[in-house]
Amino acid sequence: MHREFLMGNEAMAVGALAAGVNVVAGYPGTPSTEVLEAVAGRRGEGVYVEWSVNEKAALEVAAGAAYAGARALVTMKQVGLNVASDPLMSLSYIGVKGGMVVLVADDPGPISSQTEQDTRTFAAYAKLPILDPSSPTEAYAMMGEAFDLSEELGCPVIVRPTTRVDHGYEDVEVADPEEWRVNEPEGFVRDPSRWVIFPALSVRAHAAIERRDAELAKRFSSYARNTVAQTAGPDAVPRLGIATHGISATYVAENLSEKDDVRVLRVATPHPFPEPLAADFLDGLDEVLCVEELDPVIERALVATCGRRGLTVKICGKLTGDIQPSGENTVESVGRAIDAFLGREVADEPAPAGSSPRAVSQPRSGEDCLSTEKNPPAPPTLPIRPPVLCAGCPHRASFYAVKRAMRGRKTLFCGDIGCYTLGNAAPLDMVDTCLCMGAGINIAQGVTHVEPDTVAFAFVGDSTFFASGITGVVNAFYNQANMTLVVLDNSTTAMTGHQPHPGTGRTMMGQVVEKVSIERVLLAIGLTVVETVDPLDHERAVETVRRVADEPGVKAIIFRSPCVVLARPKATSVVDVEKCVGCQRCVRELGCPALVPDSATGRVRIDSAQCTGCTLCEQICPTHAISGGERL
Amino acid sequence: MSENARSTDIILAGVGGQGAVLASKLLARAAMGRGLPVKTAETIGMAQRGGSVFSHVRLGEGAVSPLIGRGRADAIVAFEPAEAVRQLSFLRPEGMVVTSDAPVVPVSAATGGPAYDLPVIMSYLRERVGEKNLAVVDAAAAQAALGTARALNVVLLGAAARGGALGPVTLDDLAAAVRATVSPRFLDLDLRALSIGPANWGQSPNSSKLGTVPN
Repeated sequence: MHREFLMGNEAMAVGALAAGVNVVAGYPGTPSTEVLEAVAGRRGEGVYVEWSVNEKAALEVAAGAAYAGARALVTMKQVGLNVASDPLMSLSYIGVKGGMVVLVADDPGPISSQTEQDTRTFAAYAKLPILDPSSPTEAYAMMGEAFDLSEELGCPVIVRPTTRVDHGYEDVEVADPEEWRVNEPEGFVRDPSRWVIFPALSVRAHAAIERRDAELAKRFSSYARNTVAQTAGPDAVPRLGIATHGISATYVAENLSEKDDVRVLRVATPHPFPEPLAADFLDGLDEVLCVEELDPVIERALVATCGRRGLTVKICGKLTGDIQPSGENTVESVGRAIDAFLGREVADEPAPAGSSPRAVSQPRSGEDCLSTEKNPPAPPTLPIRPPVLCAGCPHRASFYAVKRAMRGRKTLFCGDIGCYTLGNAAPLDMVDTCLCMGAGINIAQGVTHVEPDTVAFAFVGDSTFFASGITGVVNAFYNQANMTLVVLDNSTTAMTGHQPHPGTGRTMMGQVVEKVSIERVLLAIGLTVVETVDPLDHERAVETVRRVADEPGVKAIIFRSPCVVLARPKATSVVDVEKCVGCQRCVRELGCPALVPDSATGRVRIDSAQCTGCTLCEQICPTHAISGGERL
Repeated sequence: MSENARSTDIILAGVGGQGAVLASKLLARAAMGRGLPVKTAETIGMAQRGGSVFSHVRLGEGAVSPLIGRGRADAIVAFEPAEAVRQLSFLRPEGMVVTSDAPVVPVSAATGGPAYDLPVIMSYLRERVGEKNLAVVDAAAAQAALGTARALNVVLLGAAARGGALGPVTLDDLAAAVRATVSPRFLDLDLRALSIGPANWGQSPNSSKLGTVPN
């Protein structure tokens, strides 16, 4: 064993490797991405790892490996579980032979996601055991426990960290590579009565699952990570209890001391819920505060426990308005709730009413703890920093070309999931819709069935195109839609940190492979107009958009230019102050962070530390004052 | 109370791309070198694209949660003055602030969003934190002295240690962490970066250790 300063996601990767994982598959998504990357970086010879095209494919790869007796890990973020839910729901009935862990990262806030869905709820729906870690150290240990449990029960086990565990760092004691378990898979043993799902099998499987879950509720009551503790010691007889889980358990601990008289239940297995342990916890209590993030899973389980056992304990939490119903908990939001619950003197702070889910990263003005003054001076207005497309990002050029080409026409711009969602911001303002991975294509189709006079565009990134865009194109083409598909091909999965995908010609095993050609995929579907253009060649890009948009049916433009984060700039642009008239057209139309207007003169300066020399501003400057850049 | 029984809580704040996450790793390693347990929480993901970023760094046995509560941070190390003000509600009374004086003006300030009023932001910082507890790093001077803007994060950490803003973590601990992590190409640069920036501030005796950092 040795100690290492690890991100929670790295700790879980090492935990999987130490448990002898053989096959790892996943699809990138914040906050889960680093797990698979760390496996790839640290794996031994015998471990297979891949970025799959999407979460459904990843889960199926892992399931197949586990059918063959391997230990398999599949990683994804919470919305990825929606994509993988079809195989997972059935796999719950079929089961596995080798241990299989489904690692799903939840994102309270949400900080980088579309939804605040709770995988604990999903686990109950899928009828699968789930472990909920509170720290990187615990997440590391839970990986091995989850593999053992999965193998013993013959079903997948979900491990569900949240953002603060995934992206929290801790010095963790981990196994040395020589100590890692070696797992030799037996191989797939043919048995149609086991591996082929039919209603007759499902009838038996469902009954067995319900029996197993009832048994697990008892067994998990003695699982060492489900705990009951008392702040005033084991001999105290508290009347109040707090039930919590995950990272919130650490916020609860930060806000309690031995001066309080409280019993604390910490639930590490929200499903199956450890009801016998919960009944012990409730014994003798008058009231319980449930401190949870996302869904009130423990709260509902405790209400049910009281009802089943005829206990008269008042259960408070999200459902009673005592804990914020949405958003991320913080040390102080939990502190305020505990102060109120215990009747402690409440700190002189603003009420949590309407507390922002982003409270941690963006404290509200006026919440100043520096002094005890009742009315500290108001803080100055701060600049706002919404995330923006990088300086030189080719997506900016693509959006701007379409915007100019379509000026004055009735248009619809459907966006998708990726860096290019940031095309919604001023001054581009080029994203009218964004729903989920790959959705923009058929949303554009749907709108045009209602408004045929709209010129519809669907923007999709290269990785998203492979993940779930292709079926949408087939649907639109087959059903005679009239729309333009715009593939923003920067040859990487940029938003999540530049993972390879089928179009990059590289795999996570380090192989150089045949690239899947987006053009040839589109031509094979049947599209006849498929044009590839460099978005940084502005006039040509505008001309291409005008021409292609007026073709009938489904047609495609592929804007291909590499992600600037990966490419090194050749030369940066400079502004000739003699020629710059301070019209700020470049700033107003492009919103590139490298363009900095001088507040006194109005002239524009280029921040050479950010400029990549993309030349877009050079091409639109009415006085030709900018030069020196070189396109990648 | 031993230094292990409590926690030292530090917030690093900046704009995506400035190196706040790297600085938090360096600080964590310095603390681990002194035998302290460390927990940190980072901003990773969408906010990195030019957004405000922060790291919460908690040193010592007293830290349970990776996040620091509002009004409980011992120090803020800011790569950018507006980001120092943005995080100020986390600072405890008498807490310390080290900030770079160089603003990063966002696109939004040029396209209709709130303007960046540097004098107002700096005077607010001075008033709320107090001269004794505030160190302002002259980023341009640091860049001139080092020949690059790359090591600003190390300059800020060095200034923080010298003022006693990093609790038990000393300049020596930072220098040891730099030696253990930084590639040979940048080693000399980062060690020099530790030794520039404000020295005569704060309440710490650590400033006397300045001479132990090789130049």
